[in-house]
Amino acid sequence: MKYIYYPGCSLKGTGRAYEESMLPVFKALDVSWEELKEWNCCGATAYMSVNEAKAFALAARNLAIAEEQGSDDPDMPPTVVAPCAACYLVLSKAKHYMAENPDLDRTVRNALAAADLNYRGEVVVRHPLDVFLNDVGLDKIKAAVRNPLAGLKVAPYYGCQIVRPYAEFDDQDDPTSMDRILKALGAEVVEYPLKTRCCGGSLTGTMNEVGVRLNYILLREARRRGADVVATACPLCQFNLECYQDKMGSWFDDPIRMPVAYFSQLMGLAFGIPRNQLGFNHVFVPLELAKTR
Amino acid sequence: MTAWELRRQVKYESELDHEFYKHVGSMAWGEKLLSCIQCGTCSGTCPLSLYMDYGPRRIIAMVRAGFKEEVLSSNTIWLCASCYKCTVDCPKEIKITDVMYGLKQIAIDQRVYPKRFPIPILAREFFNMVQKYGRQSEGPLIIRLYMHTLNVLGALGQTVMGIKLFMQGRIGLKTESIPMGTGKKGDLKRILEACDKPAQ
Repeated sequence: MKYIYYPGCSLKGTGRAYEESMLPVFKALDVSWEELKEWNCCGATAYMSVNEAKAFALAARNLAIAEEQGSDDPDMPPTVVAPCAACYLVLSKAKHYMAENPDLDRTVRNALAAADLNYRGEVVVRHPLDVFLNDVGLDKIKAAVRNPLAGLKVAPYYGCQIVRPYAEFDDQDDPTSMDRILKALGAEVVEYPLKTRCCGGSLTGTMNEVGVRLNYILLREARRRGADVVATACPLCQFNLECYQDKMGSWFDDPIRMPVAYFSQLMGLAFGIPRNQLGFNHVFVPLELAKTR
Repeated sequence: MTAWELRRQVKYESELDHEFYKHVGSMAWGEKLLSCIQCGTCSGTCPLSLYMDYGPRRIIAMVRAGFKEEVLSSNTIWLCASCYKCTVDCPKEIKITDVMYGLKQIAIDQRVYPKRFPIPILAREFFNMVQKYGRQSEGPLIIRLYMHTLNVLGALGQTVMGIKLFMQGRIGLKTESIPMGTGKKGDLKRILEACDKPAQ
């Protein structure tokens, strides 16, 4: 079955390592995909702050064109896979809210119709963690491992939007999908109670003092739990955790240095894909793998 | 310059805005606001509450009572990071995050925010970029943010990071876009314009 891949704006920019590692991992696991043609920005959190109807229409256009692109399997609905947590939530939310609210549904459908688009409500929105765990399966993932990440201690950081408000494939307070995949790679997953605590999203850029502190709390706890690396599933979380460590060092008088990798980068490493094909040349804090050699 | 300012701490009933509650109630699934029992779970669980003027609990009480000015000029609505923890934990299933979005929309629409305050400016610039290009480009967006907030010090403070990101190819000046305004099938411009028309 061919999945419809929705990268979103970040994966072509600051989150490029997420795409760069995700695509080889898809290939290694025989996950066939095709990028959503002429996709538009999902709106993330910022757009909804301005206009609700337009925000939903923006997201719904992607759903409608995904339906047009279709599924190559007659038994399966068109399935969009969105690695970016914000995109994943925005598309899911549009789907849910249109189904639950007839007024909104009408407004959005009329808007889509103005561009000859018809949304049938068939398309399914999924996250790669869900696809890997439930479609591919842990057995196949284990079988693809060439370089077990033995001795690597990972703190699995899910962030907010892939588990809240919809618990489609995992628990909202104590998700384990990433934990299980990481274990299948041979890594040691540390206990990490802050795994779904907010990183502040765009607040690191707009309200520095607030955002940086939220991320410091997350990194400090990961370090306290003995993690060698924090694994993330969202480009903004990854950026926030990784790129402000110098500021944390000076503000909190604590020279914290914690590598932050996308879980797909760790999967790629375990599968034996060369580091420079997994976006590891785009990092601020290098991941030392001495322990895994 | 006076050492302290005298400000009446209590509002009269006649100064409250009851239309405000109705307005919020009519948008963003706000009709459940009446069922709030003021338990404070939302404020307790919100990771941003320590920086907020009023926690989400108080904001809901203030919306219901009609304290429009205070609500829209609080920093609360801007500090909400949309993490949905409040929404998930609320025992009355109130969609608190959506209420915050609704309040942001009203504040932006009525331009009730401090001049050059970065958060609504970022939202507005994001919105404008999507209107024009259909996609976001982080580099140009950040530049617009710094320009509109006239935040020279902030921009300088981020220069090292900006250069590092640029060298790693994670940020650039290129503007990503999709065809907009072609009039063809799927034209995003048409779709967004059509949202302004009332639903039939």
